[in-house]
Amino acid sequence: MTEGEFPHPTACLENSVTERPVPHEKLSPLHQVHVDAGASFTDFAGWQMPVRYSSDLAEHHAVRTAAGLFDLSHMAEIIVAGPEAPQALDFALAGKISAIGIGQAKYTLLLSADGGIVDDVVVYRTHADRFGVVANASNRFAAAGALSVRIAEFDATVADESDQLALIAVQGPASLAIIESLATLDIPIAARDLRYYWSSIGTYLGDEAMVGRTGYTGEDGFEIYVKSSKAVPLWTELMQVGRAHGLVPAGLASRDTLRLEAGMPLYSHELTLDTFPVQAGLGRVVNLTKPAHFVGREAVEAGPPEGARVLVGLRAAGKRAGRADYPVLDADDTEVGIVTSGALSPTLGYPIAMAYVDPAVSELGTELFIDVRGTHVPASVVALPFYKRAVT
Amino acid sequence: MVDQTSLQYTAEHEWVQVLGDIATVGITAFAADKLGDVVFVDLPAVGSTVASGKVVGEIESTKSVGELFAPVDGEVTEINEAVVASPELVNSDPFGDGWLVKVRFTELPALLSHTEYSLLVGE
Repeated sequence: MTEGEFPHPTACLENSVTERPVPHEKLSPLHQVHVDAGASFTDFAGWQMPVRYSSDLAEHHAVRTAAGLFDLSHMAEIIVAGPEAPQALDFALAGKISAIGIGQAKYTLLLSADGGIVDDVVVYRTHADRFGVVANASNRFAAAGALSVRIAEFDATVADESDQLALIAVQGPASLAIIESLATLDIPIAARDLRYYWSSIGTYLGDEAMVGRTGYTGEDGFEIYVKSSKAVPLWTELMQVGRAHGLVPAGLASRDTLRLEAGMPLYSHELTLDTFPVQAGLGRVVNLTKPAHFVGREAVEAGPPEGARVLVGLRAAGKRAGRADYPVLDADDTEVGIVTSGALSPTLGYPIAMAYVDPAVSELGTELFIDVRGTHVPASVVALPFYKRAVT
Repeated sequence: MVDQTSLQYTAEHEWVQVLGDIATVGITAFAADKLGDVVFVDLPAVGSTVASGKVVGEIESTKSVGELFAPVDGEVTEINEAVVASPELVNSDPFGDGWLVKVRFTELPALLSHTEYSLLVGE
C-alpha cells in the first residue's frame, strides 16, 4: 500500500535536484528531527518526507538485519464510528469488516463501482463500534470522501483525524526487543503477545497510543499511532532505546525497495482506478461471500475484460533494473506488458520488478525481456514475493 | 582530497578537472547525494568519440537513473574500471576515486566555476 511517486528516473539529475521545498507543502511533526538527522527530503503527496538519512542501501539492510524507524505521519487516518459502523464498512469496503475482532487489523480495498481500486487500506477495529481506516496520503481525500458518501445511509460517522495523528513504524527483526525496551509505552497486551495484524490501545506519556503489529517491509514490526504532539518524544525515545539494537532512521527510498522485495503493491504503481483486484493478485481480498451488497460487487463478479493483464514478478539478469513504465517484451520484440515498480534488489543482488503482462506470458518461468532504455534485458517470470523472511 | 575550487562544473552536476588536453569527469557530491546509493554505472567505451552535451553514460541508484553528459568534445582515453566494479565509490568519494571518464579534448567549452556552480545548487 502507501507511497506515491519518486522523481521520474531520467528527470532526476536535470530537474529534481534543483527543487526546493515550497511553503504550502505539509510537514511532519517530526520534520525538524529529520532535518537535524541530516535527512534528504522528497515531495510525497504534498508532504516533505525523508527519502533517506544517509544511505538507502544501509537503511534497507538495517531493516532486514536489525531495525529501521520510519516516519509515516503523512498517512491518512480516517475514523468510522457508530452503531452501524461494521455494516457501513462491509458496504464501503471489499472485505468483511464486521467479521474482524476487536483489536484485529485487516488489509482491504476501497473499490469503485466499476471494480477499480480507489485505495488500498488497513482497517483496525479499535472498539466494537469504532474503526480506524488507514489510507494512503495521496488518496486521503478520495478515501475520506468515498467513505463519507458510502456510509451516509448508516448510523455511523466519518472523521478524518490525519492532521491530529502521527505514525511511527519500527520494522525489522529487532523491533520486538526495541518496543519491549520502551518503558513509557503502556499497552495492555505485551508486544510479544501481539499477533501479526493485531493491535492494542494503550497510552504513551499520558495520551492514547495504538500499537499494531503491522508493516510494509516484509519484516516483523510495529506501527505506533500517537497524537502529533507526542511524535517527537516517541521518535527520540525509540532512537535512544533502539540504538543498542541497531535501529537506524529509514527513509521512503528504503521503504520502497523493502516493500518491492516483499511483493507488496504500491498505490498508483500496481494499483489504480483501472485495476481490478484479481489482476493485482488481490482477488482473495474481495469477500464475495458477504451476504449484503457492497460497492464494486457486480463489477468484480463480472471480472475484468478477457485478456486483461495480470501482475507478475520478474527477475532480470545483470545489474540494470527495469523501472516503472518500461515495456516488457517477448522474444519477438512485441510489447506484452509494462513494469510498474523495479529496482536492483538490495537483499537479493539481482534486478527485480513487478509488471502487468498479458495472461499468455504470465506463467512462472516464462522468459521475457525488459526494455531498459533501449537495451533488452532478459527477465523471467517468478513467484511473488521475491523475498520472504525466515520465520523463527 | 581534491580541491573543489580548482575544478570546473556543468549545469548537469558534473565536475571537470583539466590537465593538459585531458579532462577528467565525475559527478558532484550534490548530484551523488540526490541520486542516492549508486548501484550501477554505464560508461562509454575507451576510444569512443563523445560530443559535448550528449549523453554518454548512465548512473543508476536504487531509486533513479541519472544520465552522464559529455562536458567536452573529444575521445575517451580512460574509464574508471574501479567505479564500474564498485559503483558505491560515486557516493563515497565523488570528487576522487569516484571519477568516471577521461576525455582528450581539442577545445574546452565555457564551464562553470566553483562559485558559479555553488550558486546554481544553492549551497
